[in-house]
Amino acid sequence: MTTFDFLLQGLAVALDPVILMYALIGVTLGTAVGVLPGIGPALTVALLLPVTYGLDPAGSLIMFAGIYYGGMYGGSTTSILLNTPGESASIVTALEGNKMARAGRGGPALATAAIGSFVAGLLATLALAFLAPQVVKLALVFGPREYFALMVLAFVTVSAAFGDSTMKGLTSLFVGLALAVVGIDGLTGQARLSFGVPQLLDGIEVTTLAVAMFAVGETLFVAAQGPGMQDKVLAIKGSVAMTRADWSRSWRPWLRGTAIGFPIGAMPAGGADIASFLSYGTEKRFARHPEEFGHGAIEGVAGPEAANNAAAAGTLVPLLTLGLPTTATAAIMLAGFQQFGLQPGPLLFVTAPKLVWGLIASLLIANIMLLVLNLPLIRLWVKLLSIPRPWLYAGILLFATLGTIGVNPSPVELSMLMIFGVMGYLMRLHGYPIAPVVVGLILGPMAEQQLRRALSIAQGDWTTLVSTPVAAGLLAVAFLALVVPPLLRLRGKGAVLSQIAGDND
Amino acid sequence: MIGPDTGNGRRPTGAAFTIAAFLAGLGALLIWQGRGIPDKGGYSGVSSGDMPVFVGICLILLAVAHVLTGLRYGDKAVPRQQPLPVLLIVAGLALQLLLLQVVGFAIASGLLFACTAAAFGKRNFAISLPVGIVFALIIYGVFDRLLKLNLPGRFLENLIFGG
Repeated sequence: MTTFDFLLQGLAVALDPVILMYALIGVTLGTAVGVLPGIGPALTVALLLPVTYGLDPAGSLIMFAGIYYGGMYGGSTTSILLNTPGESASIVTALEGNKMARAGRGGPALATAAIGSFVAGLLATLALAFLAPQVVKLALVFGPREYFALMVLAFVTVSAAFGDSTMKGLTSLFVGLALAVVGIDGLTGQARLSFGVPQLLDGIEVTTLAVAMFAVGETLFVAAQGPGMQDKVLAIKGSVAMTRADWSRSWRPWLRGTAIGFPIGAMPAGGADIASFLSYGTEKRFARHPEEFGHGAIEGVAGPEAANNAAAAGTLVPLLTLGLPTTATAAIMLAGFQQFGLQPGPLLFVTAPKLVWGLIASLLIANIMLLVLNLPLIRLWVKLLSIPRPWLYAGILLFATLGTIGVNPSPVELSMLMIFGVMGYLMRLHGYPIAPVVVGLILGPMAEQQLRRALSIAQGDWTTLVSTPVAAGLLAVAFLALVVPPLLRLRGKGAVLSQIAGDND
Repeated sequence: MIGPDTGNGRRPTGAAFTIAAFLAGLGALLIWQGRGIPDKGGYSGVSSGDMPVFVGICLILLAVAHVLTGLRYGDKAVPRQQPLPVLLIVAGLALQLLLLQVVGFAIASGLLFACTAAAFGKRNFAISLPVGIVFALIIYGVFDRLLKLNLPGRFLENLIFGG
């Protein structure tokens, strides 16, 4: 069967009323968390993981993907109207979008963001559908050593390649790896670092860590800044309709944003935030009126918003085809797959084609839902911003603990939630990125297993790791990604890198 | 934890050294634990204990890097933090942890809710505590009874939703 047939088959799955319901819940929640500052898609998926234990796997995963997409849509709203990005991938949107809103052009800014997200989401999801089978074919020749090299590359790009300090990124990564060795070794059954505590034998739950770092850490961080006044929401004046000039200035940035965002998401090269920064830079260079940048140029909203959605779709390529998460959200979605006993990777396309293609097809439908949710109903979402912060964060913390209590109401688990929460706060305070910890925790044991498997096959010969061109090439790229950024920083080009810091989602 | 907050500007390089000490301690712990595992690694030559040792060594190297950068550049000044809200939230989490099995999900979580609200400026527990308990009860009803998540229920939950 061709990709097209599979996609049609997937559409049949996706159009099932129950699945449509899950997708709708996902995109609605996603938009809500995108709009609300302080909670992002990674956290929301982590919070919902325990709740979906008993639910349908396909539906739950479609819901998670809907949350990811929805978060990318919703994030633009706060950036434009509040100048506070709802999630990290919308930071650049705030640059131009908020200026537009101040000038009374909030409506068109929201419209170009939503339509751009739609165009990018649609194109990138189609690209995902056609690219994924090709990557799967490639992945079938991958052995343990190639997987190991790929994971090393993912470690480096997530932790060290971007951000303002390689040292801080690596520190986060190795703290994650240290947490990852707790528990029973998957290959030999040997207990490691469990200190006789039975709850530690299972290892540290990805969801506990993610919820603690993102929800508890962020809440502590916001609370510790003191009683800042609630920012004033700029009202949307006039209609959200775009003028003819807006359209003609927006469509090229949408396409360029997609072209930038999708490959960045698809390669293990970091998440949507990086894509949106690169797109902003590109639009600034291509702009016919560069002097407008910084004063509300519509291109600066259209491009990055398209880029971050395209990158979100791109992230699903390595996640679905290789089982390789490249962002925190993808890492938690991987935990979601594992929760249902599914291992993403080339085999998943054979063993559960209905699920995979149903998921991809649902994303196309989710995109249409999101356009409807975000354009005509935008005023409704803006109302969310008027929830007083004490209630909002108290509610977030209640939900954060709910997930942990629901899975495992032991004092050990809740203590970990508290300790990692404080750790997340201190890391934020001192500028350490959070995502590498989560990615290290989930990818660490996988990388270790692949390494030991590869070495077992080669009878302990370490040169096996570089004995195929693919493995050697991937390790070489990883090495460059580790070494080049510090050199750039030394030569004074660090500002660019710290601007495209991969943050939360 | 990465150690006490040193962001008051008096000791600009303090944080880097505290973090370095933490990393070195964690690294030493990993090496000690990894070394203690009696496993030779079989065909691969890499045993269960080798990964902790490797991560431990890397953490110690990072600790050294922290000390070096701390000596050379110092730290960026960390913005002034309010300790009270942080303590309130941590206290809320601790209360929930300790009381969960005693008084049940709703009251324990209501306390967390009220403490968090207090951290953000709503200091009137006479309002925030009942709001939190009612909110937690609704969540209990939806997640425990409808979605079959197993939340610890005690007298209040049993009184309202039945045993």
